[in-house]
Amino acid sequence: MIYWELFLAFFIPNIIGYGGGPAIIPLIEAEVVGRYGWMSSQAFAETLALGNALPSPIATKMAGYVGYEVAGIGGAAVAVMATVVPSLILMVAALGLLYRHRDSPRVKRMSQWVRPVIAMMMAWLTLSFLLEGVSTSGWLHTAIIGVVAALALLRFKVHPAFVVVAALVYGGVLLG
Amino acid sequence: MRLSALFWSFFRVGIFGFGGGPSMLPLVHAEAVTRHGWLTDEEFADILAIGNTLPGPIATKMPGYIGYRVAGTAGLVVSVVAVTLPMIVAMIAMLGVFSRYRDVAWIRGMGQAVVPVVMIMMAQLTWDFFDKSRASLGWWLSGLIAIVSGALIYWLGIHPGFIIGALLIGALIGPGKAKKKASQINAKEPT
Repeated sequence: MIYWELFLAFFIPNIIGYGGGPAIIPLIEAEVVGRYGWMSSQAFAETLALGNALPSPIATKMAGYVGYEVAGIGGAAVAVMATVVPSLILMVAALGLLYRHRDSPRVKRMSQWVRPVIAMMMAWLTLSFLLEGVSTSGWLHTAIIGVVAALALLRFKVHPAFVVVAALVYGGVLLG
Repeated sequence: MRLSALFWSFFRVGIFGFGGGPSMLPLVHAEAVTRHGWLTDEEFADILAIGNTLPGPIATKMPGYIGYRVAGTAGLVVSVVAVTLPMIVAMIAMLGVFSRYRDVAWIRGMGQAVVPVVMIMMAQLTWDFFDKSRASLGWWLSGLIAIVSGALIYWLGIHPGFIIGALLIGALIGPGKAKKKASQINAKEPT
């Protein structure tokens, strides 16, 4: 049952992913690429690149696009619902309870304890993108693009959209 | 008309909010507090704190909840749709065209070239998360949780949901050890 699988693939990352949209990315990758194999690592990287170049929340863009790829408009709707509805229901229904406990050290340490796991999964995903880049474009191109992108994004704070566009031009001309 | 005000406010947040959820919060604040006065500063801060105690993307929790406050369930739906739908449609349209021509060599080259860029973005996120984690838990505990969870997930093949679920339950109901850590955390992260 594809809708059920889509629901689970987005419900689980979003119900355990503390730290906002970006924290959910490696968890979604684990489902979409790792568990269900709906997308290759390459296609996931392309989706993420476009997702980072466009505005609006990353988690819903990923859900909408992956859902659409897997099962059309219905799939997109299911994946986006699984992303946004559970935490909104909790927020609306349990606001009083959450309000009382918002400064509780136990509640605070929930996201603190999860963060290292997310960091680890992000590191793993970084490594898998490195290997993917090397196997499709070779060491040299991967190193050139990686170093230039790192300088542009981290040192010169260039907007991600421009960096993605520059990489597209580079790839279209030199990797085609 | 409240629903249309909600729609256009969060539509603006959605199309001008680059960089994923957390970086969109100032825009949400500008619309909901400064422009429309739906919430006071204090209420905004409270709702943000509550939103952060829950999992899931913050950039849909805030608009959804604010929409609910302003105009009930219809407001919630309108706000979430306004902030998310335009760019989901843009993604599907752009990637749809892209994957149709994937067999063309230079288009495939374009796709390949973004992989190292995404790698750098992910490396930066990795560093942000580890750095935040180090600031609140210290090197030792962060490193330990990261390594143990990494071994369980990638070596033993345990689903990350179980590990994170166990940590969440442990954090919530964990015993006395919590007090020591909690006091360290409070000392390092004054709120």
